[in-house]
This record gives sequence, C-alpha cells and structure tokens, in this order.
Amino acid sequence: MNILINGNVKVFNVVDLTIAGLVAELDLVGKRLAIEKNGEIVPRSHFADVFLQEGDKLEIVGAVGGG
Amino acid sequence: MSEQITIAGKSYCSRLLVGTGKYKDFTETRAAIDASGAQIVTVAIRRTNIGQTAGEPSLLEYLPPEEFTYLPNTAGCYSADDAVRTLRLARELLDGHKLVKLEVLGDPRTLYPNVIETIAAAKVLVKDGFDVMVYTSDDPIIAKQLEDIGCCAVMPLASLIGSGMGILNPWNLQIIIENAKIPVLVDAGVGSAADAAIAMELGCAGVLMNTAIAAARDPIMMAGAMKKAIEAGRESYLAGRMPKKLYSASPSSPTEGLIA
Repeated sequence: MNILINGNVKVFNVVDLTIAGLVAELDLVGKRLAIEKNGEIVPRSHFADVFLQEGDKLEIVGAVGGG
Repeated sequence: MSEQITIAGKSYCSRLLVGTGKYKDFTETRAAIDASGAQIVTVAIRRTNIGQTAGEPSLLEYLPPEEFTYLPNTAGCYSADDAVRTLRLARELLDGHKLVKLEVLGDPRTLYPNVIETIAAAKVLVKDGFDVMVYTSDDPIIAKQLEDIGCCAVMPLASLIGSGMGILNPWNLQIIIENAKIPVLVDAGVGSAADAAIAMELGCAGVLMNTAIAAARDPIMMAGAMKKAIEAGRESYLAGRMPKKLYSASPSSPTEGLIA
C-alpha cells in the first residue's frame, strides 16, 4: 500500500493499517504530533479507529523553533 | 514589576514575547528564554522528519508546554487558507490550545505582510474560536479593522522581519496605540535594547522578538538586556516623561547662596 507522507511516497506491507499503526511503523510513538489525512485533521483520540487506504495523503507535523 | 499584561483573558508578568528560532541548539534556546523572562514563546509548525526522529531531541522537551504559553505561528504562509490550515493543525498538536500568532506574508524577499490575506484569515480564525494575535503592517486603518474582526492583540511591525532596523515609524505606531482597545505589541524589526525601550515608551503593551536575541553575539546576555529594556521602557511610559523644551529658564540647582 502506497501512502504519501509529507510529500514522499512510503510503502507499507501491512493489512488494516490504522493511523495508530502507522505512527508505530514510523517509530513516532510518544512524539507530540498532529496528522491531517486528505486535508482533514484526524484527532489524536481517533488514531486507532481511522484506517488508511491506498493513495491516502498524510501531513504529519510537529512544533519547531520559530519566531 | 507587578503590573501585568492581559492577553485573551490571561495575565502575564512579562511583556516580552520571544521566538524560539535561529539558536545554536536547544540548550541555548532555553538559556536565552530563561534570561529574557518571557512567558509566551512562539513556535512554528512544520512537517515531522520521518525516519530520522527516533531519539532526536525536540523543542518541547526543552520548553515544556506546562512552563510556557506556546504561541504557534503561521510563518512561511502566503495565503489565508494555508495560515488557517496551519493553525488548526497547531490547535490539534497542542491539545486544543487557542492562542495563536497569525502572520500571512506577501513577499519572500522582504517578508512584508499581506494584509488582505491576513484579514481574510483573521475572520475565519476568530469565528472558529481562536484567540488571534495578529502580525500586520504599521497601517492604523488595517490595525483597527483587525481589532474590529475580534483579534485579541494587534502586532504591527517596527521594521521588516529579521532586519534589526528598529522602529522606523513611531508616529504610525502611536496612532495605532491611541486607537486600540486591545493590546498593541511591536513584532519584528527590533534590533537592540534601545529599540525595545522606545517601543514600550510609545505605549506598546509588549514586544515580540526573535532575531534581536538569537543573532546577538551573546544571545543570553542580550536576552537579559531586552528584559530590562522592556521593564525600563514600560516604567518610563507609566511615569510620564518630562516635556521637551529647547532650553530651560529654571536650573536644577539653587540660584541663591552663590559664593561672591
């Protein structure tokens, strides 16, 4: 399954991949982040309920230094 | 200083707001912010580095959100839509946090704000329940319109972002301050402690800066200098300066008792 994450295609060989599963696959567990799927924000509380599909576009963002 | 600044219903002792960008490392960021005494710190929202993040330190570990009030910004956004989208992500990222800094840029060379897009974004964000501190030009009419939309603070530039040119139009700032019923903070362009003190003497409620501290030869010492300048400028404003006159007919020393 191909998913576009932050502008780059990532391939996952996992069935029934949820956002929570993806976060684990990407080694991001415990990181403070916000995720947008196909332009819609997915609340953190729904990470385990939202399944990913071929071609989904994700933006995964965090806070960095800035003025 | 006990006198506090209130922004969106919350009071703060420090009238100095600082950015967290351009520092050597997070240790220096933290040390400079501690020296500045700032309680509100701006952060940017960016794509997480996929694949290289494990064990990598994050800004939030050095500046815990429990200790500071985060002010997520929209730096790098050139449209109202991008700015709104960024701040909705920030709200999710920071557990429903409502206080945000809106800035919509118009030109990558000067980073001058696009006030038309800024106004459009402000309307959407205020309606969506955000407390919007808005970066804008030093145009008094635009500043008033942003206040009327419902922004909780208006933040005109002193000069261009990162320029360190200081306050180029104190007269416009004065008009904005006179017209406003919400806090007016100078954001961008401050270069030295003197600039920060002048902003406060004009009657600004506070100053937001990043590069003036981060790009100083000694950022931590400069952060302390800025803290003092903000306090000195505020007290000078409250104390009320003496009137300027070309010369004085009343000397400070007694005119009686001079030796013959």
